[in-house]
Amino acid sequence: MSEIEYKLIVGLEIHVHLATKSKMFCGCALEYGARGNSRVCPVCLGLPGSLPVMNKQALEYAVLAGLALNCEIAGFTKWDRKNYYYPDLPKNYQISQYDLPFSSHGFIEIPAGTGQTKKVGIIRAHLEEDAGKNLHGSGNYSQVDLNRAGTPLLEIVTEPEMSSAAEVRSLAVELQRMVRYLGISAGDMQKGHMRFEPNVNLIITKDGVEYRTPIAEIKNLNSFRALERSVEYEQRRQLDEFLESGVVMEMGNKSTRGWDDGREITVLQREKEEAHDYRYFPEPDLVPVKLGEAWLSDIKSRLCELPLKRQMRYINEYGLSDYDAGVLTAERSTADFFENAVKAGGQPKRLCNLLAQTGLKIANERQCGVAELGVRPQGLARLVKMVESGEISASASATIFEQMVETGKSGDVLAEELNLIQKSDAGELESIVEQILGDNPQAVEDVTSGGKKSKKARGFLLGQVMQRTKGQANPKVVSEILNKKLG
Amino acid sequence: MSEKIDRDVVKKVAKLSRLELSDAEVEEFTGQLRAILEYVEKMNELDTADVEPLAHCLAISNVLRADEVTESLGTDKTLSNAPDEDGEFFKVPKILDGNSGA
Amino acid sequence: MGIPVREDREGCCFMPNELLDMGCVELREQIASGAVKSVKAAEAVFDSIAKIEPVVGAYISTFEEQAMTQAKQIDAKLAAGEKVGMLAGVPIAIKDNMCTTFGATTCASKILESFHAPYNATVVERLLAAGAVIIGKTNMDEFAMGSSTENSGLKKTVNPWDTERVPGGSSGGSAAAVAARLCFAALGSDTGGSIRQPAGFCGVVGLKPTYGRVSRLGLVAYGSSLDQIGPLTRNVADCALMMNVIAGHDPADSTSADEANAPVCDYLAKFDEPVEGLRIGVVPEFSAGAEQEVANTIGEAIEVYKKLGVEIVDVNMPHLEYAIAAYYVIATAEASSNLARYDGVHYGHRSDKAGDYIEVYTKSRAEGFGQEVKRRIMLGTYALSSGYYDAYYLKALKVRNLIRGDFTKAFERCDCLMMPVSPTTAFKQGEKVADPLQMYLADVYTIGANLAGVPGISVPCGFDGDGLPIGLQILGPVFAEDKLLRIARMFEAQTDWHRRKPALIE
Repeated sequence: MSEIEYKLIVGLEIHVHLATKSKMFCGCALEYGARGNSRVCPVCLGLPGSLPVMNKQALEYAVLAGLALNCEIAGFTKWDRKNYYYPDLPKNYQISQYDLPFSSHGFIEIPAGTGQTKKVGIIRAHLEEDAGKNLHGSGNYSQVDLNRAGTPLLEIVTEPEMSSAAEVRSLAVELQRMVRYLGISAGDMQKGHMRFEPNVNLIITKDGVEYRTPIAEIKNLNSFRALERSVEYEQRRQLDEFLESGVVMEMGNKSTRGWDDGREITVLQREKEEAHDYRYFPEPDLVPVKLGEAWLSDIKSRLCELPLKRQMRYINEYGLSDYDAGVLTAERSTADFFENAVKAGGQPKRLCNLLAQTGLKIANERQCGVAELGVRPQGLARLVKMVESGEISASASATIFEQMVETGKSGDVLAEELNLIQKSDAGELESIVEQILGDNPQAVEDVTSGGKKSKKARGFLLGQVMQRTKGQANPKVVSEILNKKLG
Repeated sequence: MSEKIDRDVVKKVAKLSRLELSDAEVEEFTGQLRAILEYVEKMNELDTADVEPLAHCLAISNVLRADEVTESLGTDKTLSNAPDEDGEFFKVPKILDGNSGA
Repeated sequence: MGIPVREDREGCCFMPNELLDMGCVELREQIASGAVKSVKAAEAVFDSIAKIEPVVGAYISTFEEQAMTQAKQIDAKLAAGEKVGMLAGVPIAIKDNMCTTFGATTCASKILESFHAPYNATVVERLLAAGAVIIGKTNMDEFAMGSSTENSGLKKTVNPWDTERVPGGSSGGSAAAVAARLCFAALGSDTGGSIRQPAGFCGVVGLKPTYGRVSRLGLVAYGSSLDQIGPLTRNVADCALMMNVIAGHDPADSTSADEANAPVCDYLAKFDEPVEGLRIGVVPEFSAGAEQEVANTIGEAIEVYKKLGVEIVDVNMPHLEYAIAAYYVIATAEASSNLARYDGVHYGHRSDKAGDYIEVYTKSRAEGFGQEVKRRIMLGTYALSSGYYDAYYLKALKVRNLIRGDFTKAFERCDCLMMPVSPTTAFKQGEKVADPLQMYLADVYTIGANLAGVPGISVPCGFDGDGLPIGLQILGPVFAEDKLLRIARMFEAQTDWHRRKPALIE
């Protein structure tokens, strides 16, 4: 029986649609779902005589990404033509960057286990324009829609340093979070804002000899789930294929496989990737970009604290759990809201609970962010302070929060209106406790005798006080009084 | 190097250029391209090891535009020169290879 | 002799042929003053077209109705005392590789025969804003690839001086139209000499501006790093006027020179002022390659300058002999990519024999492109292809740098260079079509300027024994068009070659 060990090697190629208002090289609006070919002009249609002009915002968004990915930003960068024919590419060349991309040699830090992180290298990130869309209907023809043609696209290529499907997914999720934090892309995979193409192969050690399976590039992945499943599938498939046929990696036998979401398998699309001869050459219609110190500093000033760092900080600084910190930092607006509430004096853990359990629940129902619920961070901080001081119970705070959203009224006003102000005045409560004790001699007996029924009787008495006060008594204070009186 | 230009090379180049050529054309172009490339190789008489390539005549850089939306042509005008269209999209014979050309 | 007065005193006391002999500057003044009606000028042109165009074949399309409307509008504005532009009422022709929203923009190719552009090229917008009356789109070598206009996929244009001969190319239609008085001036484009050489062959003035001086937006691209639009006119003043209209920065063309670094000037302001202390550079071994009569005539032209007291400097430009080689790699490489868009999918000709979408490409392009275009596309594709990029394309870009260096060094010692615009005068139709390489080699004098990006002008300087025009080419440093025009004017003021007319139109 052969001894087989194997290691999974995955690199990711990611395409990110930048959230500019207009296209990369022309002023057509970027609009998803617009009528076919309604967002097209001579430039993105590739009409004779048309010429491209670079979108400054797209370049700056791309540089922000490069900086966030810890890349070296090139002081001199240029454009190149990538020549190939396809109906969704009206010029039959794509304006891209070949030998001098604007950024390279960076890394991304991703979550890897509770409170742990791992660094995955970034080979390069460059800018290019997206192609349009080919639609394949039922007839014997295909349709071409050029609305998407010319969309600014950021292409990121990682080192092949991921070794599990989970890690691949983790990187994808982290990258999505990052681009959303930076505000450079909506990052919605389903809408095609982000495309992930893993390059997968195995290093198999059989009987002490190392073999590498051919690399498979996987396309057509529309969700993180599909991304993870496809890598898992490829891992199994390549191992099986090797064991059966012994095929190993050679020059030019990288294949392209499409993910079939229904059957959850990858299907071969192109064998022996006929290395496309793209005939790259410098784009004569565009001039180079020189990113000087002043400009670069200006862009740097727009960097924000990156999500993973923020998440780690919440764990260390606020003592939140990894899970909770993850929930709060999933979206920048939530994290900003949270921190503003902390700055306004709210206790972090209580704030986290309120936000995570109540705030986000409502926000999800309304399909908006917590910041759009109409409650200010200061308002939430006040609510938490009321819990800390005993004015209201923790469960009451959730109810009040909901009502703050519903009515727009302040926490104080609502606590009053809803009769949720806890009675914490020991003096007032003591007389009520006395009454209850007087009315329930048997229970008192059970408590003071200290037997099996003691705990239950204590709870019963507490419950009676709560009932008498219509739930408004501060249970902690009541317990203390009971203990004082009963021992 | 120009001796490498034979009929097969010409056919390959024609394919890359998406040009359908008749056999007669392949024959004719092979001879002509070989002659032209032979002439072009004259450049090898020059030692350019220390010379920078000049892609752009004008030494300008950083030509940018603000991220502002301008009017598009609209679907009708966009399709106005199309050989085959259905009022909203360009039409081509069914693309069967199911992947991008890239 | 008094000025003959026509019976209908409809605001014109010039005979049509006198009108047609006017330059743009003069015509514009006459129209602005009311002495000539724009409509009369346009009528004169269309009458001329009716008589002569069937022989010359300069135009692919003409716009008589639209032109008359434009002319009427100019006249109405003037009558109302409104301001009009600097070309108001002047009939102009446009090479058919510049996009116009009126008529088709064919590039003389079957593949674009019915293409109607939804936008005007920037130069066209500028002409219209200046009040020009657009007569039509002129014939050319298909996609500007050629030196004789014989590569037109649509029709034949002949040289007005000898209808058995070519008008030159690729702006042959524009040059012929100007020479035959079928317009007052025309726009052409120059990638390897395509304005200057046909200007020389047709006995008119032709200027290729510095790369980036004039916007390329709307100019159908051939060799993007080499293409420039420029005027073809009957005299130097008109050329200066046309430059005033078309020169300047265009934010929609990323390769367009900006105001800060290359401010536009009024090219007419001092054009009649000779250049003091003019130093003319000549490249003897280079110019010696021209035919004897051409070389002699150029020599005589330079003698004219000598009499004005200029200094002639011998200049060495050792890399110019490699210019053709470098050009036919760079231009074709860029062209192979620029012409990839003509694929029968989004616009242009689509073959009705295409089975699958690949055949839409291969058959449409095969049917739509002429042989020269196919040849250059293949050449360019090969030069860029995997394994050959360094040897051909990269090498050519380096040679280009050396050639530019030659010009820069030359202009340290002289204000301009003078040489023939072509080694021969206009050759006979069909004489050079058999051997493409021979045709390419005839670009020897013009091609260097495109590679270096420097401006160049061709002015008529004589005729050969067959009565065919000879052009003197003057090249200058970047953005020195104003000086070039003054230098050209110095010669023109001493001679009357530019006043000669082809027998055809007498």
